[in-house]
Amino acid sequence: MSAHDLYREVILAHAQAPHNTGALPDACCKAHRDNPTCGDEIDLYADIHDGVIVDIGYEAAGCAISTAAASMMTDAVKGVTTDEAARLLANFRAFIMTGDALDPALEELETLEGVRQLPARVKCALLAWRALEDVLAGGRAEGK
Amino acid sequence: MRDVRHEFPILQQTVHGKPLVYLDNAATSQKPQAVIDAFDTYYRTMNANVHRGIHALSEAATDAYEASRRKITAFIHANQPEEVIFTRNTTEGINLVAHGWGRKFLKAGDAVLLTVMEHHSNLVPWQMLRDQIGIEVRYIPVNDDGTLDLHDLDRLLAGVKLVSFVHSSNVLGTINPVRQLADAAHAVGAVVLVDGAQALMHMPVDVQALGCDFYAFSGHKMCGPTGIGILWGRLELLNAMNPFLGGGDMIERVQLDSVTYAEPPAKFEAGTPAIGEAIVLGAAVDYLSSIGMDNIAAYDQQLTDYALERLPSVPGLRLLGSAPERGAVFAFTLEGIHAHDLSTLLDEQGIAIRAGHHCAQPLGKRMGVPASARASLAFYNVQGEIDVLVEALMHAREVFGYVRA
Repeated sequence: MSAHDLYREVILAHAQAPHNTGALPDACCKAHRDNPTCGDEIDLYADIHDGVIVDIGYEAAGCAISTAAASMMTDAVKGVTTDEAARLLANFRAFIMTGDALDPALEELETLEGVRQLPARVKCALLAWRALEDVLAGGRAEGK
Repeated sequence: MRDVRHEFPILQQTVHGKPLVYLDNAATSQKPQAVIDAFDTYYRTMNANVHRGIHALSEAATDAYEASRRKITAFIHANQPEEVIFTRNTTEGINLVAHGWGRKFLKAGDAVLLTVMEHHSNLVPWQMLRDQIGIEVRYIPVNDDGTLDLHDLDRLLAGVKLVSFVHSSNVLGTINPVRQLADAAHAVGAVVLVDGAQALMHMPVDVQALGCDFYAFSGHKMCGPTGIGILWGRLELLNAMNPFLGGGDMIERVQLDSVTYAEPPAKFEAGTPAIGEAIVLGAAVDYLSSIGMDNIAAYDQQLTDYALERLPSVPGLRLLGSAPERGAVFAFTLEGIHAHDLSTLLDEQGIAIRAGHHCAQPLGKRMGVPASARASLAFYNVQGEIDVLVEALMHAREVFGYVRA
């Protein structure tokens, strides 16, 4: 897949009209992640009740890849349990890093497959997921 | 200027099937065959440690090392070779001043004055001193056009002990009025350090005429190797300040209960230096001199003028900075396309640019852009490469769904 094709896919998917944007001021869990090499950043908010991600939103400044990844990630984990979200996180990371098969629940994220050929951009695809990892760590601690 | 393109082997290659268009010269420059050959010659014929061996190879290496120092002395119009210290890079030169001069002569409450357009290398060492010994760090603001806002300079300078600023911005291209700032700083008794990293390959540099007290730069941004740089300083300051790193070569006499230090430059060159790199930097200086820095500066100006004519033809392109005195560095944003995405799409066309904050995050914040794309040119670039860049930017817009007018 060329970079050109990757962008066509990503843009069709989400980058120019991302889902779930915006802060959730009353959310129980919040995480901030930077990509220090390029300055991308994301603030991720999640409302977690009884182990379920009831709502999720974010404010982000970044490239098309990180924006599309945040949009699709939040679509995928909204309404699922934190355990399921953690499993999807591990699956997506393995998909990007080592080419493992993608869980059907993450179908849309297959559009990001092309970043595997662009090592400098892997961090962009993972930024929102890293924020989710922080939220899950904090959310679990607070939930207990 | 003579045609030098063929003298750079790396520029002959293709990337992703397209001829390489290298527009990331502000990050590092490419090396001509003469510089590559100098490495080969050094390691084939004279590799030995300097300043100690009593044998022919060590003497040859020492002679070449000191000959390089003399070449650089002449190249920057320093008074004498003792004022020219080999460092690793610009960053190390600035840190050397922060430690060697700053820790000796600054105390809590003293102020240093920087600018908002500094590279992190000229921000962080002073912020570290602020946090460690309690100095105050002030900043000269930047105007919308990318020039320094000097209207309040007198007030900013009150009580300042050191002023440190970039000669030529690695983002905006702005060439700062070094002499004017140096004179104003000296009028209040401050010492002046200039970050020359972006200047050396683009214009003649005369440290005496600039009127500064320290001038730091990197070899790899002037056709030389990585791992070698220069700090020039006025000899009386170098004599007065503390050493930086301690170790071999920087001492006069070491006893278990006392130590006396060598004179500059050895005082600041602890340990085995990057001998090969230092000697090859001399070859890079010879190479630049063979073309002539005046010729290079004139050609740079032609490229700059052409880029300033062509780049604005791309719809949605916003250049950061429009200083009247500027170098061939063009940071820009393209409406609707993030710089990182642009960099990936240009790479696919064989074009190397930089994307991100360019190690100047406060400046990005000031200009209202956390990330930008940056094309930076050198004397071995040609106008046709600017055309290739412009065409690739138009293509990137199409990929992102913009219709070509």
